[in-house]
Amino acid sequence: MEAKDYKKGQPRWCPGCGDHFFLASLHKAMAELGIAPKDIAVISGIGCSSRLPHYMATYGMNTIHGRAAAIATGCKIANPNLAVWQISGDGDGLAIGGNHFIHANRRNININMILLNNRIYGLTKGQYSPTSPRGFVSKSSPYGTVEDPFRPAELCFGARGHFFARAVATDAPGTVEILKAAYNHKGSAVCEILQNCVIFNNGTHDSVYSKEGRAKNAIYLRHGEKMIFGENNEFGIAQDGFGLKIVSSDDPSVLVHDAHCADNTLQLKLAEMEAPFPIALGVIRDVEAPTYDDCIISQIEEVKEQKKYHNFAELLETNDIWTVE
Amino acid sequence: MEPLEITEKNDVVVRFSGDSGDGMQLVGNIFSTVSATVGNSISTFPDFPADIRAPQGSLTGVSGFQVHIGSEQVFTPGDLCDVLVAMNAAALKTQYRYAKSGATIIIDTNAFSPADLKKAEFQTDDYLGEMNINPDHVVACPLTQMVKDCLADSGMDPKSILKCRNMFALGLVCWLFDRDLDIAYNYIKDKFAKKPDIADANIKVIQAGYNYGHNTHSSAVGVHRIETKNKVPGRYMDITGNKATAYGLIAAAEKAGLKLYLGSYPITPATDILHELSKHKSLGVTTVQCEDEIAGCSSALGASFAGALAVTSTSGPGICLKSEAINLAVIMELPLVVIDVQRGGPATGLPTKSEQTDLLQVLFGRNGESPLPVIAATSPTDCFDAAYQACKIALEHMTPVVLLTDGYIANGSGALKLPQLDQYPTINPPYVPEQLKETWTPYMRTNNGTRYWAIPGREGFEHILGGLEKDCNTGAISTNPENHDLMTRLRKQKIENIDVPDLEVIGDKDDADLLIVGFGGTYGHLRAVLEELRNQGQKVAQAHFKYISPLPKNTADVMKRYKKVVVAEQNMGQLASYLRMKIDGFVPYQYNLVNGQPFVVSELAKSFSNMINDN
Repeated sequence: MEAKDYKKGQPRWCPGCGDHFFLASLHKAMAELGIAPKDIAVISGIGCSSRLPHYMATYGMNTIHGRAAAIATGCKIANPNLAVWQISGDGDGLAIGGNHFIHANRRNININMILLNNRIYGLTKGQYSPTSPRGFVSKSSPYGTVEDPFRPAELCFGARGHFFARAVATDAPGTVEILKAAYNHKGSAVCEILQNCVIFNNGTHDSVYSKEGRAKNAIYLRHGEKMIFGENNEFGIAQDGFGLKIVSSDDPSVLVHDAHCADNTLQLKLAEMEAPFPIALGVIRDVEAPTYDDCIISQIEEVKEQKKYHNFAELLETNDIWTVE
Repeated sequence: MEPLEITEKNDVVVRFSGDSGDGMQLVGNIFSTVSATVGNSISTFPDFPADIRAPQGSLTGVSGFQVHIGSEQVFTPGDLCDVLVAMNAAALKTQYRYAKSGATIIIDTNAFSPADLKKAEFQTDDYLGEMNINPDHVVACPLTQMVKDCLADSGMDPKSILKCRNMFALGLVCWLFDRDLDIAYNYIKDKFAKKPDIADANIKVIQAGYNYGHNTHSSAVGVHRIETKNKVPGRYMDITGNKATAYGLIAAAEKAGLKLYLGSYPITPATDILHELSKHKSLGVTTVQCEDEIAGCSSALGASFAGALAVTSTSGPGICLKSEAINLAVIMELPLVVIDVQRGGPATGLPTKSEQTDLLQVLFGRNGESPLPVIAATSPTDCFDAAYQACKIALEHMTPVVLLTDGYIANGSGALKLPQLDQYPTINPPYVPEQLKETWTPYMRTNNGTRYWAIPGREGFEHILGGLEKDCNTGAISTNPENHDLMTRLRKQKIENIDVPDLEVIGDKDDADLLIVGFGGTYGHLRAVLEELRNQGQKVAQAHFKYISPLPKNTADVMKRYKKVVVAEQNMGQLASYLRMKIDGFVPYQYNLVNGQPFVVSELAKSFSNMINDN
């Protein structure tokens, strides 16, 4: 399989939009995973990024605002053989669709939940979103917002999510890597993609949007590897009481990343790092747990063994029946 | 002792009432089953309070169960009862209004203490006098005391002993109607199979109640026997409307060879459908209790896309929330069965009471031009056929279908002749044929205007659906004005092309002075009033809608055939206005009642007589 086998149509996003970069990475990741397009369902809600299924040569749906996670849930349960990718923006996924986001994570449905986070409503032309920082000035908040944003990782962890990864849209290798990890993780897998909106929120992820920026301001976390960052790998992350601190990379206290640790305390600390700490990229949490779709199937199999009725005619016979001669 | 005198009766209505913890629904069900087992026709109506447990003995905590048993077919649970069982003072106070004048009243005198009377808001200790009840018609028995005496040696604790009070009432009523106790005993043994001690105690108390009646048979009562006439031979089961709905879905899934998926959220009075389907995992049924109504419908739509027979169940408030996802199913042209068990509204309204007030909501309550089929089940047992048909139409015509039932038929029960699946019509969804692989596009249609179904997993049919308007040829997003107008018409035409049975007219078809029209769950009451008026010598006919969208093709013809038509419904005239919209110059009489209670046949008869005589 090649990336072109997953491509369809001509994207209509603005030139320079982060969605273009992400789409190319998704095509690439699917090709590298080698899943046949017939076995993939890409399901989105509404918003700029939710146009994405139209550019996929797979099965898919571009549905209604906020409901992608719920629709993807039914799709996966009804046909567990499908690789289900749910695509939402920050408004679609965390505002109108916030309830479905947390419950999909809580249930641990085996779907990949992509959150394209540009911290703005683009399609409706520039209102603040639930990930816009406090004080954010937009068309619907000309004097600045007076509310705090969601931090997607915190919401995912609070909902007992077992997988969280982050990449920057312009970083193709980093994006492909977490998409593949999300697919290989059994259970709901949240991938936050930091992406720019060139029209309404230009520069929102500037510190990490370029390769040079990421070298300075980001850290790539890999399970089992030391947490080292900086242009010359000169820094490391170490524990500081209940918090974190930046140390020299040769300090023996530099932490080794454990994405598989069931306790998410440290993973949350890492996911929420912001300047002067580096932004954490890569797979931050990846913990195995029973999935809803597997469990519902095995429960059906168990009950089939236990119960003596297996079709409608036999079901009728389980009732109190009388005969009128 | 005098010899027993047994009177034959054609039909009788019994109402069991007591505190919501007194087990009235259970004894009502047992008595119905005992009667149905000997071949009587039955129709039941459970009437319970909205609170799970209102304070014991309070007026708001009274729970009732009414059953109508007849030697010939009965169509309703009956307006008023011939026998009222009142297990406490509050029950007598609130339920006596449902008793015929001269009805036999059975009370537990031990539950009429000064404290009980106070809780039931009686002013004096002459409670019969306060309610103008003739003491000659009252079987006043120290029921609680006799149950205690009966189980004194059982070793049971006092609380468990009191739980058997309802069985004494059952025994007494079984005596009253000369019922075979063995059937009741078998029911009890089945129900308490894992607790044989409890089963034995209950059986002992039933026998005691029966003996009490037999030994004392006071002047108020005598034994009545309801013989069975016009039996339809066959094997039967007692079934509530909600259970019949669940069974219809299971049957349709099996017939279509598809996995049954229910996405739902608990809501009165629809929750029993979720409960029932959740039990049947051994049939491969998948039920998902979602985070909200929206997800219930949305997840079902996702399951439909993936190739399941997808269903969501709810009541009116849930329909409000599901509307957007239903609309998505309309534009994506995917099969989806939406069950609306109607209840009193607006908003939370009267959750445990019944209305027909969602008709216009399900027909028109969505943005855009959004046509879909609507079917209304006409009785508890008809819920089976209606659910089956809803699935068949949804799958064969690639559309969401709304199945309307209501709290009254959902909780009421009737005797269902066991359905033979091989006698039901086949269900053939329009799967896209393999040979169309090269030329197929998502909105390509069959001869009757239905979109083909390409289920994920098939190579060469990969496609994207969505909520945005699509080009009718390519399936790509399109805002082309001509295309949108065309697609709007195609979606409308597709629904209009659905074949539904013609409207049937019964009664005085040729020369009726009044045609009685209704839809859904009021069928029984309107059928009963038809019989009543014809017995009075009036010329009347009845036509009842089960298929509301699309309407039967002969609708206008039938409505215009009679000089007077009354549309009777439990709303402010929703079917009447829909028919007026569809039929030029149609001006029916209207009978509208929105009190949360079933129609009362005698009131309907009076009102319809006035319409007949109206010049």
